[in-house]
Amino acid sequence: MAKLTVRDLHTHFGSVKAVDGVSIDVRDGEFLVLLGASGSGKTTLMRTIAGLEKSTSGDVVIGDRVVNGLPPNDRNIAMVFQSYALYPHKSVARNISFPLEAVRTSKEKTRERVEWAANLFGIGHLLDRKPRMLSGGERQRVALARALVREPNLFLLDEPLSNLDAKLRHQARHELKKLHGRIGITTIYVTHDQVEAMGLGERVAVMNFGKIEQIGKPSDIYREPANTFVARFMGSPAMNLITKGGEILGFHPENLLPVGEFQPDADSLRLNFMVSGMEDLGADLLLYGSIPGADTTPMGEGADVIAKLPARLASSMSVGSEQEFFVRERYVNRFDPASGRRTSPAGAS
Amino acid sequence: MSALSAGRTAEERSSAVRDTLLAVGMIAPAVLFILLLVGVPFGLAIYYSLHDVTTGGTAVKWVGLTHFVELVRDRNFQQALANTVLFTFGTLIAVLVLGTILAELLMRDFRGKWVVRFLILLPWTAPVALGLIGWLWMYDSVFSPIDWFLRQVGLLGSADAALGRLPNLYWLGDKVLAKVSIIVVNVWRILPLATVIVLAGLNSVPRDVIEQARVDRAGYFRRLFQVVLPMISPILMVAILFTFIFTVADMIPIFILTRGGPANSTNTLASLAFFTGILGGNLGRCAAIALFLLPVLGGVSAVLLRLIRRSEVT
Repeated sequence: MAKLTVRDLHTHFGSVKAVDGVSIDVRDGEFLVLLGASGSGKTTLMRTIAGLEKSTSGDVVIGDRVVNGLPPNDRNIAMVFQSYALYPHKSVARNISFPLEAVRTSKEKTRERVEWAANLFGIGHLLDRKPRMLSGGERQRVALARALVREPNLFLLDEPLSNLDAKLRHQARHELKKLHGRIGITTIYVTHDQVEAMGLGERVAVMNFGKIEQIGKPSDIYREPANTFVARFMGSPAMNLITKGGEILGFHPENLLPVGEFQPDADSLRLNFMVSGMEDLGADLLLYGSIPGADTTPMGEGADVIAKLPARLASSMSVGSEQEFFVRERYVNRFDPASGRRTSPAGAS
Repeated sequence: MSALSAGRTAEERSSAVRDTLLAVGMIAPAVLFILLLVGVPFGLAIYYSLHDVTTGGTAVKWVGLTHFVELVRDRNFQQALANTVLFTFGTLIAVLVLGTILAELLMRDFRGKWVVRFLILLPWTAPVALGLIGWLWMYDSVFSPIDWFLRQVGLLGSADAALGRLPNLYWLGDKVLAKVSIIVVNVWRILPLATVIVLAGLNSVPRDVIEQARVDRAGYFRRLFQVVLPMISPILMVAILFTFIFTVADMIPIFILTRGGPANSTNTLASLAFFTGILGGNLGRCAAIALFLLPVLGGVSAVLLRLIRRSEVT
């Protein structure tokens, strides 16, 4: 276990700046999520930390050791790949023990550790099987057990849940979080799924074009995105952005409420909402539409504002009507149209 | 109702007959081809091996197992049998080791990679006979460039040289060196194919798994022997099978380079059969020699194919 410091790290592939000046401090035992779309450089950043890619400049410090030139085998890290990368010709037991064999562990100690790791993930009964005889969820557990069988300084996870089906994913997320609470290894977790990031991370770093756009607690990033890029990334559906009176206003769909059903405050932002489509998702009701008199920026496509209401209101909403909606002032984020940065509320950025 | 179903079965029956006829028609050419080109010569070989047949006359005399008994006692035959095993396994081991090294090399990015790749593949594109005539010069008793090189670096041709005082090694004139020469040429011919096969295998190993092994603190050799080679073992088996089949029954290098000499020391079963039957005219004995290849080839092929299937399943 160790803290991780990344200082002004650059990883370039020719003219492509995959990681373009990233600095992060990760506390010992922290769970940090790197969140970004594909191509944002999050995986390259993780691979550079692992030593699988060579950095162009900058430092990676694991514990108190600068590991810049070291190959992955000398960094004492553990990694779980998206594909799980199990050794197909080895049994589950040999898969898990492989990292121990590489550092010459005694037979007894190896058996003990393999048993410990297998029990940790409830795969003790699968030890004799080959990876191809396992289900997706079981493979993931084997990969996790293999990663944790020796005591790594750093635990790197590259979208480990994306190969699981939706049902398993929720459960696996919950288990990962519990596991981290129990073993407390410094963990970097890469994902493009903001729900996963919100649920797992103690802190989340949102990446775009090789740079970190914002880093902070998930709820802070959700409530007060540092700029329009992060705003558009967080939430499902994402934050609404409209241009009105020379500034960009941002608010989450669940904060856009109909006046008739909810009581606006005196300073609430009042908007006319032209409903053009409706989706009843069981618990939630999604209203698609537009705000007449305001430009939807900067993505500007068709139905540009989404409201998320409790489904019980389905009967009182109708497609094609224009109704008065409002957003409470404390939920309104304001952004500078030129730079895209948030101007208010002035909180942590 | 019954009339209807009876009509239907009749229709079905005729369509089944048509299907069968079609299937027979489709497979017949292949079966005929194998029967004519493999079955007939094979039957003929068994027939010849039990009779006294020569190219000098039409007389065919039953001699039973005489050819086989004589062969087993014949020093030249014993030597040829030993050589077949030696050449095959010598080539096989060298090809596997060198092929794996070359394929590993070609997996990396380096400047001038295409030149190396071109040079490695070159022997495969050259006609065998032409390539071998080139090798004949390489092994020439006077003008051998190998000897010239050894003389230049002082290993040969002077009083205190490590390889002797004589100006040449006489590659094809020495019993041991002639065998080495044959193996070297075999390796030269088969290496390109083996390299390409192993390279295809290496490319099929997912990058993730190799990187996982690196993160799991495995060094180069642990990665190679514990991860890469086991994962490409089905493809390695194919390379082994090809090498085996190409060397065990091949006589072209021997025919062109040594003609089985010096003193019958480099004959294999295939070349001995050729010299005995086609050049010597003793067809009966020739067929008996060739038949000795059958259990060897059949047995090894069966074992290898079985191994391939098993490594595919597990």
